[in-house]
Amino acid sequence: MSATSALSDLAVELRNVSYALDNRQIVSNVSFKVAPGETLVLLGRSGTGKTTTLKLINRLVEPSSGEIFIEGRSQLEWDPIRLRRRIGYVIQDVGLFPHWTVEQNVAMVPRLESWPEPRVQERVRQMLELVGLDLVKFAARKPSELSGGQRQRVGVARALAADPPILLMDEPFGAVDPITRAELQREFSEVATRLGKAIVFVTHDIREALLIGTHIGLFTEGRLTAIYEPDQFLHSTEPEARAFVDSLG
Amino acid sequence: MSFWTFLVRDHAEILSRTLQHLVLVGVAMFAAVLIGIPLGIALVRRQNLRRWVLGTANVIQTIPSLALFGFLIPVPFLGGIGAKTAIVALALYALLPILQNTYTGIAGVDPAVLESARGMGMTPRQILWDVQLPLSIAVILAGVRVATIICIGIATIAAAIGAGGLGVFIFRGVAMVSNAVILAGAFPAALLAIGVDVLLGFVEHKLTPGT
Repeated sequence: MSATSALSDLAVELRNVSYALDNRQIVSNVSFKVAPGETLVLLGRSGTGKTTTLKLINRLVEPSSGEIFIEGRSQLEWDPIRLRRRIGYVIQDVGLFPHWTVEQNVAMVPRLESWPEPRVQERVRQMLELVGLDLVKFAARKPSELSGGQRQRVGVARALAADPPILLMDEPFGAVDPITRAELQREFSEVATRLGKAIVFVTHDIREALLIGTHIGLFTEGRLTAIYEPDQFLHSTEPEARAFVDSLG
Repeated sequence: MSFWTFLVRDHAEILSRTLQHLVLVGVAMFAAVLIGIPLGIALVRRQNLRRWVLGTANVIQTIPSLALFGFLIPVPFLGGIGAKTAIVALALYALLPILQNTYTGIAGVDPAVLESARGMGMTPRQILWDVQLPLSIAVILAGVRVATIICIGIATIAAAIGAGGLGVFIFRGVAMVSNAVILAGAFPAALLAIGVDVLLGFVEHKLTPGT
């Protein structure tokens, strides 16, 4: 298999990527690949550089060294705005626009991309259905009129609305109560396998990692120590992996 | 002579002085908004400028208004005797509340909202117009409102440098030791301030997006 054809099958690839801020190394020499249909979970304790790694992918942060490829092309060849519109982004605080309705929030990227309005409407309907929210009941609501779990659902619908091939999720279910979280995790893991997208998912929750990931990348102190398949992870002898598995109780 | 007889006898002059007053404040506010809001937005992006600009505006605010009018008279282009100098001084006073509130409003937008806006591929211009401004418009307008009220008050002093306005009655009344004449200036000025406050409050309410 030639190098180029291998590249084009990949949605996201990081090669020896590092990021330092004020002489502090935050991400060190991280490399990984994610193909369409795969979900790579970046698992690690707080402050180990997972979130920064995610922001490197959609170029909210510029790497100090190393190379990032998106859909086979070097990130530097992409216009940052175009790049970001092909990458869905869900963060823990959701960041829904508080002055916009649910419908406006979900339709955001399709409208930025000047989709014809009937197509936007159809897409909003599909997306709300996908995340289990009733269109009639929710479309006209403002984010302040939603529960935490509903907001996260809208956040996911918004990220998927323009059908991006890549989805980045930063502890998207971290701020909701445990019961709602379990519900969202279960539903999302089903949706994720169906969508065929390349997903990079940041969490510090081992249960979530095992449920959602097709691969689990373990982060310690800015380094990606290893990438496992979920059942490999459970039997790993690496101390940090053991620590996570033991925390399952 | 009572205030009321003065009001009836000189209503034409009172009306024209009120209009003059409104023009002074209106032109000054227009200039202050035109400079203050974009500058306030720029300060959010350039934190290093912030201390200097807000510091300067603060210092201007501490200059007694009569002194500021006086200082401006010898300044070429901006100064001199008359309405132009008064407008420059009023605009300078209006600048601080507008700058301060624009900065506070824009800087106060939820960082998560900004991160998602940027992360989903909004351009800086779209972020400004579709996110930052709508979310801070109430705070910015509150600054404009405060600035306008301040200007209506300070504009009464502009009469001292020949700019006209309702201050003419107040200075005349003080010279004549006539409360009626002072009131003929002070009363419409107070009414103007209250009227503008109510009006801008209404605009603020209308433009604030429900959240």
